[in-house]
Amino acid sequence: MLAAAPMIETMRVTLAAEDDFEGWRDAARGLAEAGVPGSAIVWQVEGGEKDLFGGDDSPRPPAPAPSFAVPRRFVDLARSAICHSDPERFSLLYAMLLKLSGNKRAMEDRADPLLDRLERLAKEVRRDVHKMHAFIRFREVDGGEGPRFVAWFQPDHHIVRHAAGFFVRRFTSMRWSILTPELSIHWDDAILRESPGATRADAPDGDPIEETWKTYYASIFNPARLKVKAMTREMPKKYWRNMPETALVGSLIAGAQGREAAMIERSAAMPMAGGNLQASWQALRDEAKRCTRCDLYKCGTQTVFGEGPLNASIITTYVTNAVKHFKFVLRGKKRIHSKPDTSEIDACRWWQEQERGVIRPALTVALGATAARSLTGKTLTISRARETPLTLADGSECWITVHPSFLLRIPEEDRRREERARFVDDLVRIRKRAAKLAA
Amino acid sequence: MAQLSTREKLAILADAAKYDASCASSGTAKRDSRGGKGVGSTEGMGICHAYAPDGRCISLLKILLTNSCIFDCHYCINRKSSNVRRARFTAQEVVQLTLAFYKRNYIEGLFLSSGIIRSSNYTMEQLVEVARALREKHDFRGYIHLKSIPDADPELVRQAGLHADRVSINVELPTAAGLKRLAPEKSVGRIEDAMASLKSSIVEARDATTRFKSAPRFAPAGQSTQMIIGADAASDGDIVGKASMLYDRFALRRVYYSAFSPIPSPSAVLPLQRPPLMREHRLYQSDWLMRFYGFTPKEIVEATDGDGMLPLDIDPKLAWALKFRDRFPVDLNRAPKEDLLRVPGLGTKAVERLLKSRRWRTIMLADVARLTISLARCAHSS
Repeated sequence: MLAAAPMIETMRVTLAAEDDFEGWRDAARGLAEAGVPGSAIVWQVEGGEKDLFGGDDSPRPPAPAPSFAVPRRFVDLARSAICHSDPERFSLLYAMLLKLSGNKRAMEDRADPLLDRLERLAKEVRRDVHKMHAFIRFREVDGGEGPRFVAWFQPDHHIVRHAAGFFVRRFTSMRWSILTPELSIHWDDAILRESPGATRADAPDGDPIEETWKTYYASIFNPARLKVKAMTREMPKKYWRNMPETALVGSLIAGAQGREAAMIERSAAMPMAGGNLQASWQALRDEAKRCTRCDLYKCGTQTVFGEGPLNASIITTYVTNAVKHFKFVLRGKKRIHSKPDTSEIDACRWWQEQERGVIRPALTVALGATAARSLTGKTLTISRARETPLTLADGSECWITVHPSFLLRIPEEDRRREERARFVDDLVRIRKRAAKLAA
Repeated sequence: MAQLSTREKLAILADAAKYDASCASSGTAKRDSRGGKGVGSTEGMGICHAYAPDGRCISLLKILLTNSCIFDCHYCINRKSSNVRRARFTAQEVVQLTLAFYKRNYIEGLFLSSGIIRSSNYTMEQLVEVARALREKHDFRGYIHLKSIPDADPELVRQAGLHADRVSINVELPTAAGLKRLAPEKSVGRIEDAMASLKSSIVEARDATTRFKSAPRFAPAGQSTQMIIGADAASDGDIVGKASMLYDRFALRRVYYSAFSPIPSPSAVLPLQRPPLMREHRLYQSDWLMRFYGFTPKEIVEATDGDGMLPLDIDPKLAWALKFRDRFPVDLNRAPKEDLLRVPGLGTKAVERLLKSRRWRTIMLADVARLTISLARCAHSS
């Protein structure tokens, strides 16, 4: 030990409990008024581990009349932070109190490292309290004079008294007990009692209603939106042991993909039958008339909508209905077809998908490259793509062949006949395939 | 058909209710069970009592009274023509389930909706009966959210509001054309009339409680609504415009979005996530920007691309900032609150802390790190 260090007499303060805010406040106030530095105080808790040198409380200087006011925000902060398990909390709060005695607005400097640390302690305590309010699970037992609800919980901090008021206000008419390793509380006939800590074995191990609750938990879960991380962030695994529904988490996650696939399969297999199919088609058609998803609507006069029975098993798609507004250049009075550009096709693909969504054909034929682009979102070469089908997003087949107008524009008689024969071959192959899919 | 047990019904009717996104149990009048015969309290902040593996919170017992329906709305799993298994709870069963779950601390209360059976009025009567029994017979003081049937008699809706903390009516789709196509039996006019009448009841009751302490409460947590995203031709810009109109005209507390995906479409441009879910997320972010960050609907539209869609890969606040680079950098030590709220990575809480702290010190980067959780994003724009 350095003999030269000036000796300040160490003050020893013993608090009645880990969460003894009143005891801390009374002692801290007097010591701060007397100008005792934080380094000279040893805070300890009754029944807790005594400081290395042990010993009884030092006689405290008589407290003079309060010379400075403490802001309300500090009191709130201290009430929460004092419940933290960090053994330094008492001295950190004392250091903050000294700071406030010199600068009454010190609470406003949120970027101050000391205040920041205390705010973090208080936040962790509030979170622990909140999780206790949320994740306590009562189990009903026969309590002799009627039902009693008992829960077991392991908080991270000394929060049981702090959190008790919520249960009192919420479950006033019930009789209940909350058992924790440090402290147990009991509510009977409008009186809150305390008893020593307990073990898990002291709590009941089940409740028949839990099976019903698990049914609810499994049914309200949407397997199509699996977000396991979002769940564990808010409901960390350390709480799971006391929550009966979490026993299902593993199997729900494992089964999710299968359930989602089954849902898609079911909805794909089930055509949008019912009285509204026709109405739906008509409304889609009306909506398309007012479409402004790309610039073509500005000079178009009408839209080209799908035609045919709504229970069709084949849909064919060709140029103008891949884009709903006919694109043209005016030559005299004639409107000459012009190829829509990719953005126009892509804007119109939405309608394409809506039409196919209503009809749900097993097979779609794209006549020409524009139609193929519209259906698949890819630019394809027909000569290479026409022999084998592609699979669309909904799982159905898409066959590609040439647009009939291509045949009319071939000048050589021989080649025209040849291409026509290939086109007819394509159509025959597609019809057979559709028949097979329908079977 | 054999009688279904309560548990079997619960499996069907909870499954049928999960497409309603709302789970809020906050923002209602403060009350507790002291001095009463029953259980229940509401203390401002809602509590999430569990989380499902889909990341959603479980706060309320969210169920349908029945999933039978005389309507045939295409986006709905419970439509008349759907071949799902049907079930129907009695009012008594719902009351018992709610109380049994509540007493074990599983839930904050009940969110009850229903398919339409026989008639709108008949259905609404059943919903009101559950809420009435909970409140009057069992003195239940927890949270109740009732879904109102748009065509129901105004007197029934009034009774619903007397018992419930929140009443909601779904607008279903962002465009009238979409509603006509997908829910031919519903009409925008009737839905909006019902919302307007709910609004005036809420305003009247609030006005009365300021003058007479004993005046009856009417839906103290206000009304909300839900829109399905991706089932009609509406762009994000259209949706934001519609939501903002709804907030203004009907004083809604919340507009919820629910991504519709009849078939997942892996052909979409962004393969990272199923697009509808990300789109839904971006719309919620834009909703937050309008409600808490001072963005106008027009500014959200400015953050969209040429087709009126919000980018999927970045959040709308960042998208807006990238389009208006001349507004940056922002001096954290001097800029007004409105400008600080525009800095990507600074949330409302961080801005409040910055404003307070900078009166005492010059804010340096290390201070910002203590004040916000996402330093990387705001370091580039301030």
